[in-house]
Amino acid sequence: MQYALLFYTTETFDSLPPAERQDWLAQMNTWRKSLADAGVLRGGLRLAPSATATSVRRDGDELLVTDGPFAETKEILGGFMLIDCADLDAALAWARRCPIAKIGTVEVRPEHPEAVR
Amino acid sequence: MNGDGRAALEQIVREESGLVLAALIASCGDFDLAEEAFQDAVAVALERWPRDGVPQRPAAWLTTAARRRAIDRLRHDAMRAGKSAALRESELARLAEGGGEPEPERTIVPDERLRLIFTCCHPALAPEARVALTLRTLGGLSTASVARSFLVPEATMAKRLERAKHKIRAAQIPFRVPAPDAWFERVQSVLAVIYLIFNAGYSATGASRDERRALCAEGIRLARILAALLPGEGEVHALHALVLLHDARRDARIGGDGAPVPLDQQERTLWRHEELGEGLAALARAAHTGDRGPYQVQAAIAAAHATAPRGAATPWREIAALYAELERLHPSPVVRVNRAVAESRASGPRAGLALLEPLELDPRSRALLADYQPYHAARADLLRQAGLCDEARAAYTRAIELCRDEPERRFLERRLAELCDPSSRPPGDRYGEIGGG
Repeated sequence: MQYALLFYTTETFDSLPPAERQDWLAQMNTWRKSLADAGVLRGGLRLAPSATATSVRRDGDELLVTDGPFAETKEILGGFMLIDCADLDAALAWARRCPIAKIGTVEVRPEHPEAVR
Repeated sequence: MNGDGRAALEQIVREESGLVLAALIASCGDFDLAEEAFQDAVAVALERWPRDGVPQRPAAWLTTAARRRAIDRLRHDAMRAGKSAALRESELARLAEGGGEPEPERTIVPDERLRLIFTCCHPALAPEARVALTLRTLGGLSTASVARSFLVPEATMAKRLERAKHKIRAAQIPFRVPAPDAWFERVQSVLAVIYLIFNAGYSATGASRDERRALCAEGIRLARILAALLPGEGEVHALHALVLLHDARRDARIGGDGAPVPLDQQERTLWRHEELGEGLAALARAAHTGDRGPYQVQAAIAAAHATAPRGAATPWREIAALYAELERLHPSPVVRVNRAVAESRASGPRAGLALLEPLELDPRSRALLADYQPYHAARADLLRQAGLCDEARAAYTRAIELCRDEPERRFLERRLAELCDPSSRPPGDRYGEIGGG
């Protein structure tokens, strides 16, 4: 079963002092490598700050393109990983080890049973 | 069949339901299918048992009958929708394992209840859903009765259960005893659910008396089952001890005026001594494991009250020390208030007030306690004893404002009226620990 691990953090992460940011990145890389080594990693992205986001949605009969993320919230989606594991407990075990869990939130979402591939 | 006979059969079914449902879910991996098949089997049992007699091993009988019904349901589904048949074939294979039609006499019902408890109490489910699912599956309570116990409409409870089962399926919450890395958190979650069930019965004022009684009994039963399944876990025995020690005093905790009676003033002849003995034995088992946590300290406090020969001989110093230990393990303003009350009984009201002072100074605990009635009532009592009349008056006034219990309000108003009037020194102390009754 595939699960998405969605990383929510405040944007302050990007404005951390360089040394601290390097440390976090190193931790994320170590974690990512452990996912890859275990053979569960299917993909993922670290996302640019929400100031770079553009949203497309319907407005009446038209499609409207606007500047900004889907919702202005304090915690924003900063990245995600796609993993493949046996059940929720296994996915949660990986989420627990994720460095983001210490500073933000890691949301674990299963794929929809009618997932499109 | 007469009503009593039917009630007796329903009781047997309820007793066995956790074991049977757990075995069914383990073999078919599907809560809904297991529940439907179990309901079918129960209907057959209630029709046949009065005629043929209750089988020697009701759990085995029900499991066998439910398994057959589950297989029938799967075959039926498969015939109706050719495509989904393949998906369910593995379930069918697992259900039919062992070949042929199993006979109840030879069916061994494996005890899968531990897996079921851990699944129902999974932290990925909402807390109220954990409670409902546990009562529904392990307790065998009907959705209607779970709904009544928690004062929500049956449709709301049905939806809550449906959502929980859907999440178990969709997110693939495994039907499994957790791995060591999650063990502590998962056991804590199970303990919290069982204690919630017991406390819902112990303190609820809205549900009927019978329903509350049933919840307490169910909480105790679940604690006992869990203690048997996890004999090495100290906190499980401690929870079992705690609920027994509370429950044993159920007839003494409310006075004739309807107000709660503090532990040291309760009529001891109303305590159920056999149950107290069971509780103390469970506490000894908890201590024997060598692992001491918040439940064990709470049970030790309840035991200190239970073993005092008279209310006047309550070992307040020991109890105050236990609350201090509980506060270290589980810091909270409510624990601090209880500790202050115990300390005041051991060393006088000023000692108790000294412990409350930091709560008054800390903005966070002040906010937390602002509307917490027992805090203001306890503090008012300590201030009165210390002779600090003005402050006591303000605290009584706040406690009365927040009071939702009529007999207690009358008591507090009497105290407020008598306050610092030298002609009427009220005897004794009314207030015990919060929730310690």
